Amino acid sequence: MRWFWIDRYTEFVSGSHAVAVKGVTLAEDHLHDHMAGYPIMPNSLVVEGMAQAGGLLVSERYDFGELVVLGKLAKAKFHSCVRNGETLTYRVRVDTIRSDGAAVSGTAHVGDRLHAEALLFFARLGDANEALQGQRLFHPRHLRHWLSLVGIFEVGVHQDGTPMKEKDYPLTECAADPA
Amino acid sequence: MASEDEIFEKVRDALVEALGVDDDEVTPEATLQGDLDAESIDFLDIVFRLEKSFDIKIERGELFPEDILTNVEYVEDGKVNDTGIAKLRERMPFADLSKFEAEPVVQNLGQQLTVKDMCNFVAYKLAA
Repeated sequence: MRWFWIDRYTEFVSGSHAVAVKGVTLAEDHLHDHMAGYPIMPNSLVVEGMAQAGGLLVSERYDFGELVVLGKLAKAKFHSCVRNGETLTYRVRVDTIRSDGAAVSGTAHVGDRLHAEALLFFARLGDANEALQGQRLFHPRHLRHWLSLVGIFEVGVHQDGTPMKEKDYPLTECAADPA
Repeated sequence: MASEDEIFEKVRDALVEALGVDDDEVTPEATLQGDLDAESIDFLDIVFRLEKSFDIKIERGELFPEDILTNVEYVEDGKVNDTGIAKLRERMPFADLSKFEAEPVVQNLGQQLTVKDMCNFVAYKLAA
């Protein structure tokens, strides 16, 4: 299973908000277990989608150069069931970004139907974390690949409306990374 | 300038929201980590709520000086040395460090931080 819980961004404004979509399809293995005979998108994965949509929004503020992790899920509410054939639209908005983390509000809709709302807290782990763990937890090339798949640089803009450009972000390998 | 009671009420509300505890669990003597089960990520949540509630800016390490507690200059064998304690006193004039100073094991500082310390911190920020 590949851990992509948003398909594409349709809107991305640096430091402000973003909109991403995720189609729910019978081609996804887990739907056949959740539940057998009545496929429903697990709400834990709806939260993960919201976290990915919001997490990249936060990560961009650190130039996509540092590890941003979901630290806390506060106030999650779910109002319906999401079924195969439906498309989730995640809308995420930055409440606060600090040097040590961020708070993001998110909603998930199916069309006009509000399905979920949540408040998410992200922690920025920074270089100190790699020193503690003794290894890099992600490789920039994987992040670059993910950003390309979800179309961040196709729709992303800065707050003044100018397009975000991939070349403006480090996303470079260091000499020590394995090939 | 908010009164002590007003500060306590807003701090209590922030802790109830962030930690999911009941109103009556949040007493001035309650320790955040010990009694209220706050974890490190909860401090981020608490700081956000305090900033919003009191319209103040709380810099990283201002409420909880992790940079001192992880600095080899101030910590020896898991305990904060005299230089470190002096630094802590300087950085945390709002906190009652007497209990910590008696046994300055690094992990103890977080565990001993009380709701009263947090209220004092807010008052200190509002007065600045």
